[in-house]
Amino acid sequence: MIREFVEKFAERFQPGAPLEKWYPAWDAVENFVLSSGARTTGASHIRDGVDMQRIMVLVWFATFPAMFWGMYNVGWQANSALMGNPELLGDGLQAWVIGLLSGSSPDSIWDCLVYGAVHFVPIYAVTFMVGAFWEILFAVVRRHEINEGFFVSSVLFALCCPPDVPLWQVALGISFGIVIGKEIFGGTGKNFLNPALTGRAFLYLAYPAQWSGSHVWVAVDGYTQATPLGIGATDGLAGISAEFSWMDAFLGVLPGSVGEVSTLAIALGGAFLLITRVASWRIVLATLLGTIATASLLNWIGSDTNPLFALPWYWHIVLGGYAFGLIFMATEPVSGPTTNRGRWFYGFLIGFMVVLIRVMNPGFPEGMMFAILFANLFAPLFDYFAIRRNAKIRAARAERLRATP
Amino acid sequence: MEHYLSLFITSVFIENIALTVFLGMCTFLAISRRIDTALGLGAAVVVVLGLTVPLNNLLYNLLLRDGALAWAGLPGVSLDFVGLITYIGVIAAAVQVLEMFLDRFVPALYNALGVFLPLITVNCAILGASLFMVEKDYAFGESVVYGLGAGVGWALAIVLLAAVREKLKYSDVPAGLRGLGITFIATGLMCFGFLSFGGISL
Repeated sequence: MIREFVEKFAERFQPGAPLEKWYPAWDAVENFVLSSGARTTGASHIRDGVDMQRIMVLVWFATFPAMFWGMYNVGWQANSALMGNPELLGDGLQAWVIGLLSGSSPDSIWDCLVYGAVHFVPIYAVTFMVGAFWEILFAVVRRHEINEGFFVSSVLFALCCPPDVPLWQVALGISFGIVIGKEIFGGTGKNFLNPALTGRAFLYLAYPAQWSGSHVWVAVDGYTQATPLGIGATDGLAGISAEFSWMDAFLGVLPGSVGEVSTLAIALGGAFLLITRVASWRIVLATLLGTIATASLLNWIGSDTNPLFALPWYWHIVLGGYAFGLIFMATEPVSGPTTNRGRWFYGFLIGFMVVLIRVMNPGFPEGMMFAILFANLFAPLFDYFAIRRNAKIRAARAERLRATP
Repeated sequence: MEHYLSLFITSVFIENIALTVFLGMCTFLAISRRIDTALGLGAAVVVVLGLTVPLNNLLYNLLLRDGALAWAGLPGVSLDFVGLITYIGVIAAAVQVLEMFLDRFVPALYNALGVFLPLITVNCAILGASLFMVEKDYAFGESVVYGLGAGVGWALAIVLLAAVREKLKYSDVPAGLRGLGITFIATGLMCFGFLSFGGISL
């Protein structure tokens, strides 16, 4: 029945029909409601029917554990903060919705989820609508398909926002990410930086007050709480472990961007992506190795003035956006390298840079975003050298074969 | 030693002469279509910077700066005002000598670099590095490290841009932005990546 309904509409978008121009927009809706009616022709797929739609939907599902845990944590953080000072809740629209649906007890899972959803859902909705606007505009004007990649970019962007961010900044950031980071190069698969991270980096640099510091991580007006990395930058490991245990950081009961807090929830999604081979295990492993090597090296060198030198690697990987970036951003196939050898170097570079930025750069307590953007720049070069090397080996092999008749 | 190492890293990454100081942009944008030529040009810039910055440093400290001519019995004389033209002269001469040297001894590289070698004379990154050297008052050893570091940084940036541009060949850029337009945008986005170093001071 749904199919009949959809097909009746589809006629109006065929060439010659009045709504012909809007075909890409229709195509996206149709693909979302039904699976695509068209099969890929030609030799673009090597095995199985893995297409962009399936990959992107898998990634989208993989973010769910992090997303729901993130909402719970936003609520938990806020409700815990409100316990001491309930007057901070205020009486705006958000407070009204929260009062309607739930109480504000940090012990109730439902209360925390509602509180988190009231903050996260608007962020996600704005991201999605503004992103969809640009996608459809570009697809219609430039006559290409609307790609499911946009689902992933938007959910990833929304998840790496601080919970208390102004919504107009969300709209601005996703616009920059989608238009300058992706569409201007021709859409999904043709860009060279991760669009979600491009948007986030843009906001981070343009509005540092709302994107760093200690005011934005708990969704309660006027309540300040620095992220563990922010604490670490001044007080080192002692400062972090005074407030959070390693288990807190692993499970994700600490202030931070919505989706980045729980290493466990992200690892669940990550395991799913690695088993389905959507994410490259080489990149993940190489990044971890890079982090372990760099952090251990800095532990060994030591420093009297900079307490972060002593932060061990197993703290690095549970703090901040490390896990989120590692699983969802670094493994993005478009902006990463396509050769396996290139992936090793790429991952190692990310692991190296993230520790370096966190430890050495007093300006940025968090390094994952810039580490990945920096490594994105190197991805084409790594590919180039990997391909050159491969060509040389194969030429030598051909030469040998010719020499031995 | 540690001082030289941090100066080198500063000049390669933190104060990358192409992506954070924006010098040498014309060649940077024009000759970054292919990785091989970018590599060759990058190597040439490293050599020229590694030669001219220390040379200019010597000239500045021994002849030009205020009171430098004290050894000749002229303690009150400052030849600062001919600094600019001197550095340009040194750069032009160094490039010329390098060109003749390569032509005579390494003809393969000479042919590969072709017209880029003389073009380096007018690359503002080269003159810029000399002027920075004067401004920051580097000693001779520092100027060697700074010259090489600035060169390596510029070479790294142009090779990265060339690799990105080779990837962008497969992109579908709007007609009005093809060529230089999208290269400007790509360069701007590359600066995002290099901003990871912004704020580090070694």
